[in-house]
Amino acid sequence: MTDTLSRGARWLDALSSAPTQTESGPVRARDGQLGGARASFFAVVPDPQNRFPRATDNVVGLEQGWLLARAVRAVIDADRAADAKRPIVAVVDVKSQAYGRREELLGVHLACAAAVDAYASARLAGHPVIALIVGPAMSGAYLAHGYQANRIVALDAPGTAVHAMGKEAAARVTRRSVESLDALGDTVLPMSYKMSAYAKLGLLHELIEGVDADAPSSADIERVKASLAAAVEDARNGPRDLSSRLTSADAQRTRAASIEVRRRMREQWSA
Amino acid sequence: MNAHDTFLARQSFIELTARERARTLLDPGTFRELLGPFDHLESPWLAMQDIVCQADDGAVIARGTLDGEPAVIAAIEPAFQGGSIGEVSGAKIAAALELALSEFEAGRAIRPVVLFETGGVRLQEANLGLAAIAEIQAAIVALRQHVPVVGVIGGMVGCFGGMSLAAALCTDLVMTRQARLGMNGPEVIEQEAGIEELDSGDRRLIWSMIGGDERVAVGLADTLVEDDTDQVRETVLGAFRRGVQKHRTEDVDGFIARLAQVNPDAIDPDTLRTLWGTS
Repeated sequence: MTDTLSRGARWLDALSSAPTQTESGPVRARDGQLGGARASFFAVVPDPQNRFPRATDNVVGLEQGWLLARAVRAVIDADRAADAKRPIVAVVDVKSQAYGRREELLGVHLACAAAVDAYASARLAGHPVIALIVGPAMSGAYLAHGYQANRIVALDAPGTAVHAMGKEAAARVTRRSVESLDALGDTVLPMSYKMSAYAKLGLLHELIEGVDADAPSSADIERVKASLAAAVEDARNGPRDLSSRLTSADAQRTRAASIEVRRRMREQWSA
Repeated sequence: MNAHDTFLARQSFIELTARERARTLLDPGTFRELLGPFDHLESPWLAMQDIVCQADDGAVIARGTLDGEPAVIAAIEPAFQGGSIGEVSGAKIAAALELALSEFEAGRAIRPVVLFETGGVRLQEANLGLAAIAEIQAAIVALRQHVPVVGVIGGMVGCFGGMSLAAALCTDLVMTRQARLGMNGPEVIEQEAGIEELDSGDRRLIWSMIGGDERVAVGLADTLVEDDTDQVRETVLGAFRRGVQKHRTEDVDGFIARLAQVNPDAIDPDTLRTLWGTS
């Protein structure tokens, strides 16, 4: 049975408490503990019975986007009066957004934007929002589920990747072979499909190495939990915007242009 | 003026460059560009791939006034790399919105407008384009608590990819009939899902699904305008006069209910108008 679990579902099980009621649908919301305090965990999982046939895999489609928005907003509402807002962890294992005719007609862009809004609003309300990348974190699906986090933590393991387009599709569009695309990624860092290259962009809070992403041991799980708890603490002590992504030594090197644009625009802002 | 004269008096918005679009929307004589071509902030990544850079990286940021109030316009230039978002063009848009937010934090007001014309992430800068888009989205969500963030999709490129989410986050979204708004371009869908899912060559079908007319009719965009700079400007000014409204992305229960009305086996643009139609 466990063999059929997606990586996201497996890590959700590993990190959170067992569900109190039967779960169905493509979005999972669970409670758990991080550093001795209550936390909420969210994942998008395959949903073979989904009524939208292009959204049965672990992709972000219409229902996934709106259900994520509802689940995250439920946590914001529950903690509205709380002094310490509970941490929110997005367990990221999403192959892509859903590609389909119905999806476009019915506004999959809006469904994904609703999830973006919910995560960003949680962050602005003071919830430490942490993304934990355990599988693919692709393009629009990652924007909707993970990229609004205060802190991003990733496993450096086969099968984890961040990118704007799947490798095969990117090879077709740029008229390169998959091999030459890999070679290009070694010199043009943002083109790389390797998690170690993504880490050099300065966007990650931590890259966790040496963890078995498919079959984590209990020591692996404890290590990831400790990293998540540390990321939560760091987020609580930092600003609620995404400015921390421009402060690391890697960011100052690789995203120098992003920093320079902001510096010079500030100079010219008030004439 | 008769219909013929009205037609001739129109100035096309679509045919303008990003810079001209920003200039014609702002109050006359108030356009001031930030990080313009002479600042030479170019993509550090395109040259590494033997692609010719552009001195503004395809994004024009302009300050000025709208109805006499301070304003900032971020306009994307479709003629450079399809309006795609690279590290620099994305950072320019994000920085403009972040600085607009700091105006409010300092107790001052400013009116932000984004002119979308983009296929989404610039593939040659992949992960840094995607990261910039996340920052643009974050800035829109933070800023729209204070002031409407007004988006305009002029056409003919339209607005796709991660930037379609940014457009969806805007308080008010203005579209022409020629403009399209979608997450995945028709060619991408055909490639990923096959021609039986979507024939990207069927222009009538594409515009009937994701064109400005349909998007406004079913409530996924706010105002349909003619390809006329005066009308675009009046509509933008009207959005600021109305002030901050309830945002579409906050209407979660409403859209989940609307989605529940849809039968995936029998849905097309006309049926959607009867289900979700706003007029």
